[in-house]
Amino acid sequence: MEKRRNFLTAALLAAAAILMAAGVAMEQNEQVFAKATRVCLECIGIG
Amino acid sequence: MDSKKRTFIQAAAAFLQNAHITGFFTGKIYDGAGKNICVPGLNCYSCPGALSACPIGSLQNAVTAWKFKFPCYVLGLMIFFGAAFGRLICGFLCPFGFLQDLLFKVPVPKKLRSFRGDAQLRYLKYTVLFIMVLILPFAHKFTPVYCKYLCPSGTLSGILLSAADSRLRSLFGWIFTWKAVVLTAVVLTSMAVFRPFCKYLCPLGAFYALFNRVSAVRLKVDGEKCVRCGVCARVCDMAVNPVISPNHPECIRCGQCVRCCPHEAIGFTFASKPIRVKALAENQKKPK
Repeated sequence: MEKRRNFLTAALLAAAAILMAAGVAMEQNEQVFAKATRVCLECIGIG
Repeated sequence: MDSKKRTFIQAAAAFLQNAHITGFFTGKIYDGAGKNICVPGLNCYSCPGALSACPIGSLQNAVTAWKFKFPCYVLGLMIFFGAAFGRLICGFLCPFGFLQDLLFKVPVPKKLRSFRGDAQLRYLKYTVLFIMVLILPFAHKFTPVYCKYLCPSGTLSGILLSAADSRLRSLFGWIFTWKAVVLTAVVLTSMAVFRPFCKYLCPLGAFYALFNRVSAVRLKVDGEKCVRCGVCARVCDMAVNPVISPNHPECIRCGQCVRCCPHEAIGFTFASKPIRVKALAENQKKPK
């Protein structure tokens, strides 16, 4: 059971790394940056 | 680890995620490279002190983007945090969770540990995650519905920003009023109920809860040492019984049960290897 869980953890971490790398390759981090560096009017309640 | 150490880690994490101190005075948010990545906890990127992006805000932004692409980057980061730590993030690294912990220390006549419908209400956060964060934005003109109508962390950021920039105050309308009501309700409830937002509404907590059973950091109960005295279940503020389910989705890994076990039967593990099993007898909390 523990071994299976550890295998699943490792698989999830590997999948996460692949997704992050793919996201960076598609420049999605820049999309995050562009949103996060401007005041989000929806978030602060202006809409 | 005693509870003071946890409080120190929470305070340090909250500070490190919001260390752009000048923002609190100028009303200008940080726009450096740190905003390329998301923090693990719920911390609005419009907070004047925020050095990084909010994972839920970034996820909403990704799914509401006009040119839809699968949100690989944000989802990858969130899965990484979830698979590595699970809800340990809620217990140690989330600034909004820390705020609720502090509010729970405020003395009120009665602290509610559980109530009728508590268990059912806990499923609401999954609805918030799937409906408000992932589905409704498509049905509602690509609006980030969760951030716009519910997120109390964003409201707090709005209050902090408007304190430094008076022009913002004139723009506040009914949405802000509604969000202020939500924030006030969360703040007041937090004094009587342990972490109500984390238990019932937080979509990030719901996401990490999905990984709690398989995350690298887990809790383990030593069946040979455990005498089923029930102390761990009585001291758990999230109303989890670690003996029955040590990695229950509701467990935020605060370590209260580890600390209080008189038989040192509960411990943290990392990939099944014990991190620290020793219970600190001198810091034992008396069971309720």
